[in-house]
Amino acid sequence: MKDLILQVQGVSKVFGGLQALKDVTFDLPAGQIMGLIGPNGAGKTTLFNVINGVYAPSAGRILFRGEDITHRRTYELAHMGMARTHQIVKPLNDLSVLENVMLGACYGQHNEALPNAEKTAREVLEFVGLAERADQLAKSLNVAQKKRLEMARALAARPSLLLLDEVLAGLNPSEIAGMVETVKAIREQGITIIMIEHVMHAIMNVSDRLIVLDYGQQIAEGTPEEIVNNPQVIEAYLGDPEIANRLMQEEN
Amino acid sequence: MSRFKQSFGLIFSLLLVALIVIWPLYTQKATDRETAFVILRAIALAASLNILLGYTGYVSFGHIVFFGLGGYVGFYLISVQQQSLWVALLAGGAAAGLLAWLLGAAILPLRGAYFALATIGINEAVRAFINNFEPFGGPIGMNLNFQVYKDYGGPAQVFQMTFWIMAGLTAAAVILSYLVKTSKFGLGLLAIREDEDAAEVIGVVTPRAKTYAYVLSAIIPGMVGALFFFKNGFIEPANAFPLHSSIESIVMVMLGGQGTVLGPILGAGLYQGLRGLLLINPVFKNIQLAVSGIILLGIVLFIPKGLIGWLHDRYPKLRKVLP
Repeated sequence: MKDLILQVQGVSKVFGGLQALKDVTFDLPAGQIMGLIGPNGAGKTTLFNVINGVYAPSAGRILFRGEDITHRRTYELAHMGMARTHQIVKPLNDLSVLENVMLGACYGQHNEALPNAEKTAREVLEFVGLAERADQLAKSLNVAQKKRLEMARALAARPSLLLLDEVLAGLNPSEIAGMVETVKAIREQGITIIMIEHVMHAIMNVSDRLIVLDYGQQIAEGTPEEIVNNPQVIEAYLGDPEIANRLMQEEN
Repeated sequence: MSRFKQSFGLIFSLLLVALIVIWPLYTQKATDRETAFVILRAIALAASLNILLGYTGYVSFGHIVFFGLGGYVGFYLISVQQQSLWVALLAGGAAAGLLAWLLGAAILPLRGAYFALATIGINEAVRAFINNFEPFGGPIGMNLNFQVYKDYGGPAQVFQMTFWIMAGLTAAAVILSYLVKTSKFGLGLLAIREDEDAAEVIGVVTPRAKTYAYVLSAIIPGMVGALFFFKNGFIEPANAFPLHSSIESIVMVMLGGQGTVLGPILGAGLYQGLRGLLLINPVFKNIQLAVSGIILLGIVLFIPKGLIGWLHDRYPKLRKVLP
């Protein structure tokens, strides 16, 4: 059996009266890409925030490489080898692209000193295709480049687990194709990935396994083939499949 | 070449400080020495404040509290405990650093305007405390028995010596701000300034980094306070904790360019120069503080990044040469 890098056990999160997550449970073996999908507001980013230590869960337990991290601070998790990107990119605007990525290396799993961090940062920038922009300020990048910058910053930390929050959103088809290749190349380096994505063909293409959330509940888990044929998933996305079918026929 | 390029910013900054030190030696006038002393003090305070304000992005409106506290602790040791100036300087710096350390835990979790307000509150609270603290002379303050100066060779020597110590403290403040800016720790502070939540996700241990920045920004003002009041000969709550001095330091940092090593030096020099001109002008001499308010308004509206920041934006290559 493969090592489990992440175990999420019965995690719930309540905001005031809103049940954002309800009893989410899954295991993630090392080296896989797990897709996390679901309609808007299903709790995907909340789940990331709970795993990443931004919010403490209201109930449940999270283990990272066998260690209980339920109440760890987000910077401790960064040092343990968890890195993430944000759905709404958070570039450090008035720092250069290089400095942004160096920060990842400096404060990531290997706690690198500045000269090493610069070397790592340049390698990673080369990998994500931002090498020529190293000396520009982060705020001068366009959206696609900022997404790559976020990814570079996370990768420079040399993480064991990478949480990617909608890195494809807002990109055009050729940028998406490029990013999908990048994600696959990251897995080749042995980094485990959980990714939230709405671009279905892309996530079905890269994921080994998928989890579907709807109203904070985990409604399905399985391979991409199992997920696309799961009636509950179709209902969550399209409503009642019977009605959907009828509407399709009426249209014809 | 690259090593020279890297340290050029520091060398250039120290050269500017050296110019101010050399000027009164060249003219041989005591008044010029006093003016230079005031400018050096302004640079030391502004460069220290910059570590918190410019690098970390936390606006402290009450930073003068560290100057005042260091002054009081140093003055008390010299005048009441008969300690030497050297002990007083170290104790003044240590007291200021300790206060920052303790305050850090309490007010650094606050962000933005709330932190700024808290710093004003602390300055006023410490002033009120000392007003009622009899060992420090309460509202009347303390006077120095000028016999003490004899240990250092008389008043003339004291003025000469304090000038050199001031020059040393200013150089130390500039070197410290350069070392912080070019270190991994400093990079973490800049990340906090840009986006504290993102910095935490990246792995910057934000509570610790902010506390260190606060302590580092407090120590030299504490030492400067001890030195200043030793030279001054008396201390009272009103001249130890003047809120407007805090604001003047902010104006200097912002005028020169917050977050840069050279900025506070330039800003302090320009501001003090301008202030000197205004003070001898019959029209402006009573409203020179109003002028600093207008300068601050002008900076915020037209060059929010200050002179060096403006240069950085115009000539991006300067960013590396003049950090």
